[in-house]
Amino acid sequence: MQSDKRREVVAAILDEHSELTLGELCRACGIPAEEVLALVEEGVIEPRGRGRARWRFSGICVRRVRRVYSLERDLGVNLAGAALAIELLEEIERLQARLARLERGEE
Amino acid sequence: MSGAGMARAEKFSFIRAMEYRDYYQILGLERDASQAEIKRAYRKLARKYHPDISKEAGAEDRFKEVGEAYEVLKDPEKRAAYDQLGSGYQAGQDFRPPPNWDEGFEFHGGGYTGADSEAFSDFFESLFGRGGFHGFGGGARQRQYHAQGENTYARIAIDLEDSYHGGTRQISLKHSELGPDGRPQLKERKLNVKIPRGVTEGQQIRLAGQGEPGFGEGKPGDLYLEISFNPHPLYSVEGKTVYLNLPVAPWEAALGAKVKVPTPEGEIHLTIPANSRSGARLRLKGRGIPAKEPGDMYVVLQVTAPPAESEAQKEAYRTFSEAFSFDPRSGLGS
Repeated sequence: MQSDKRREVVAAILDEHSELTLGELCRACGIPAEEVLALVEEGVIEPRGRGRARWRFSGICVRRVRRVYSLERDLGVNLAGAALAIELLEEIERLQARLARLERGEE
Repeated sequence: MSGAGMARAEKFSFIRAMEYRDYYQILGLERDASQAEIKRAYRKLARKYHPDISKEAGAEDRFKEVGEAYEVLKDPEKRAAYDQLGSGYQAGQDFRPPPNWDEGFEFHGGGYTGADSEAFSDFFESLFGRGGFHGFGGGARQRQYHAQGENTYARIAIDLEDSYHGGTRQISLKHSELGPDGRPQLKERKLNVKIPRGVTEGQQIRLAGQGEPGFGEGKPGDLYLEISFNPHPLYSVEGKTVYLNLPVAPWEAALGAKVKVPTPEGEIHLTIPANSRSGARLRLKGRGIPAKEPGDMYVVLQVTAPPAESEAQKEAYRTFSEAFSFDPRSGLGS
């Protein structure tokens, strides 16, 4: 699998069109289902579909879950705090991209 | 090579010289800092340099360094062992652990894992091994006979053009493997990644089977790469939308013009409508990032007036001003 170094590895995009089941999301993020359930309850990620068995998560959830999880783990914030932090961080990212564009216009 | 020779070579590689790390200095602390002070200093620096928070260059390295320092100093046993080395070293100084320095301490052994622990320095490794402490990622799972390998997560910086055309990027990944001496070793592996068309900044791409190897008959884990774009000399990107600032002359903006405009997909001819103002955005539908639902591209007009240098040019500006009764400051009141 890893022997041929020259082989090209094809990557798949995880975006809003990808659909992951609860199990797939857990495996993708490397966290237990209870953690994912807690994140759903906190409103950090929103599954489509009714009932856990039919839940489908968008591909962008993987990054959100990983970020919340690593903030919780590394900084000792609780779930609600980590959830707030990533919402603010995402907003800052949007603003920074916008700022970079606008500053460019002034040059 | 004889068996004895092998053993010597391994031993040598283990006691190789490395740079001493001053964990107190890294956390900005005195050597007599209390456990509470250590925790406070770590938390503060961790918040500042966390790779999910700081986009500063070098933040990730700093975060790892701070994490490594905390890993040692938060644990009274490791701290005591580290302190025992004495304070006679300077940061960066060549360092070899004294023989049997860790006698009486039990750091080695146990499951090793953890992308995070892999980032620790040779200095740390020489003292505490790789994974004599609890890694972050599911250590217990690795002891099962058959288990899927851990997923790994990394970042990759690509050019905007790669998202349009699907280029190939080589990345280097560090991972640990059990060496012949039974100690985890850090190995580097190069991977040619085909970037899928239409990726946007902040998105993740998944490379199936490129994570940590599985255990027993378990499948390898997957590798997840978070995409970021290198700054582009021409374009700015927000999500799937691409912007280009297009300088235009005042007469082009006033009279309309047909101009050549670069786009990531190649040059196009763009019609600038008459009486366009500076800052006007012309939309090129579907010419943003070619995602499943493609983004748009905006050309932002920047009316750029040339300086009047020659007498003829100054005269032209005078004629220009006489032709208009134009007060650009009429909106400022009074």
